[in-house]
Amino acid sequence: MSTGNSTAEPLPPVRDLSALRADFPILNQAVNGHPLVYLDNAATSQKPVAVIEAMDRYYRCDNANVHRGIHELSNRATATMENSRARAARFLNAARSSEVVFTRGTTESINLVAATWGADNLRPGDQILLTEMEHHSNLVPWQLVARRTGAELVFLPVTGDEGLLDLARLDALLTPRVRLFALTHVSNTLGTVNPVAELCERARKVGAVSLVDAAQSAGHLPLDVQAIGCDFLACSGHKLCGPTGIGLLYGRQEQLEAMPPWQGGGEMISSVDFHESRWNVVPHKFEAGTPNIAGSVGLHAAFDYLDAIGRQRIFQHDQELAGYAYERLTTLSGTRVFGPRTGRSGVVSFLLDDVHAHDLVTAADQFGVALRGGHHCNQPLMRKLGVPSTARASFYFYNTRAEVDRLIEVLREIRRFFGG
Amino acid sequence: MFDDLADLYQQVILDHSKSPRNFHRLDPADRTAEGTNPLCGDNITVFLRMDGARIKELSFQGSGCAISKASASIMTESLQGRTLTEVKGLFDQVHDMVTTGKSPASDMGKLAVFAGVHRFPARVKCAILPWHAVLAALEGQVNPVTTE
Ligand SMILES: Cc1ncc(COP(=O)(O)O)c(C=O)c1O
Repeated sequence: MSTGNSTAEPLPPVRDLSALRADFPILNQAVNGHPLVYLDNAATSQKPVAVIEAMDRYYRCDNANVHRGIHELSNRATATMENSRARAARFLNAARSSEVVFTRGTTESINLVAATWGADNLRPGDQILLTEMEHHSNLVPWQLVARRTGAELVFLPVTGDEGLLDLARLDALLTPRVRLFALTHVSNTLGTVNPVAELCERARKVGAVSLVDAAQSAGHLPLDVQAIGCDFLACSGHKLCGPTGIGLLYGRQEQLEAMPPWQGGGEMISSVDFHESRWNVVPHKFEAGTPNIAGSVGLHAAFDYLDAIGRQRIFQHDQELAGYAYERLTTLSGTRVFGPRTGRSGVVSFLLDDVHAHDLVTAADQFGVALRGGHHCNQPLMRKLGVPSTARASFYFYNTRAEVDRLIEVLREIRRFFGG
Repeated sequence: MFDDLADLYQQVILDHSKSPRNFHRLDPADRTAEGTNPLCGDNITVFLRMDGARIKELSFQGSGCAISKASASIMTESLQGRTLTEVKGLFDQVHDMVTTGKSPASDMGKLAVFAGVHRFPARVKCAILPWHAVLAALEGQVNPVTTE
């Protein structure tokens, strides 16, 4: 049996999203004596049975190494991987499969661009424009390449607690000195959805290359790299129902072709001499070594699963829950809620009275509610907001209004416990 | 419902986190060191005045969760008059207690309230943070210490 051509037949239309909870066995458990309420989806999503079984089937039936083999199983593994790539291209609406590079995830994708495109194109005095809401993984790689090349980082500001980009400042910052504009599509702390298509177009007008961090958006809203018009886009499988350890870098064909390779090794070469080698074609030029084949199978299944639901539908559901959580949190006395009131994704950061986020999250866990507390890999943003950390609830399509109600009930208990 | 929580956040801990003792800067101080927990942004600076090899006066400042604040507060009360060797001995016992749950030796006094921490692995660093800072100060370390 081969999973190489297992593009799943379209699933029946989903009537009730909460019925999908049955596809996620992990959700059906008690934590600390209470039904699990999993609200840490921005960190990683849970995985449906379809994804778990696809990977299991691959290892049971088709496992072999790719490209280098001639035997049947190797052929299947190769076809499986390339099938996943084609599926990924469709998921992102890339024009060609060759524009999709498999990586370990968003972080690796951004580092790849910084190390190759950045090292080749940045000169002293050039500028890299970022925003103040970037995750460390879309900040630190640019700091590293800036130090090596003499380029300079500039930042588009965020407007306080409501967490929008200060677009009035864009003209002043996005000058022809800017060689690259790298920004997040959806903020993992504030829930802000940035107008990436408009911003990438503005970048293009000054001759800058654009990179979109889609870690928080790819699995949550319809994504079309051609409509966005970005040069690069990065995302992670594990945040969109796929396995850990695999993600994507989308790069426009001309960009990828002009870039030097990244890591050296097998797979990325076309011929090797003792002193010199010739590079393989894109995207293989960027994929040294044995790839995460099983991961690509799981990712493929995740794409099928999400598209059967419909990402527009997922986005609506995320927004409804986040909006509901925002309203309920703001009516709870003593809370401070971050991010825009409307138009946000399913991420809500907040603080409760004087209860430190760490204490709040520990306490919520005692009630089976999984939140995240900390700086969310956004330390400079936290400093700007004047808080050391926040608590964060983040939703996905399998979360329900009843879970938001439970969150609020638990927060009341927590406040009582800490004597607020 | 609150059993485990109350085990972690003993009344003494809640009290010290809400009204921390020795919560001010010593100026001038003979020794000072900063401890940070990069995961949660907690940040505690300790100030020491020495009398020869012994701690004469000890205080702290900074921001942190209830556990790290209470730990710092109770620690400052427990370390007056101690030498580096004595502080190290106490640190080893506290560390043992919060990581393994080993029942504290009888002479630990108030520090024993942190025994519940071992059931919350993510919070061990919070309890230990001020200790790292005070050891760094005593050993004359200049760079900020972190829990990582
Ligand atoms: C906005 C954003 N960018 C990048 C990342 C990094 O993703 P990964 O850890 O999967 O590489 C995350 C994940 O937390 C994120 O939320």
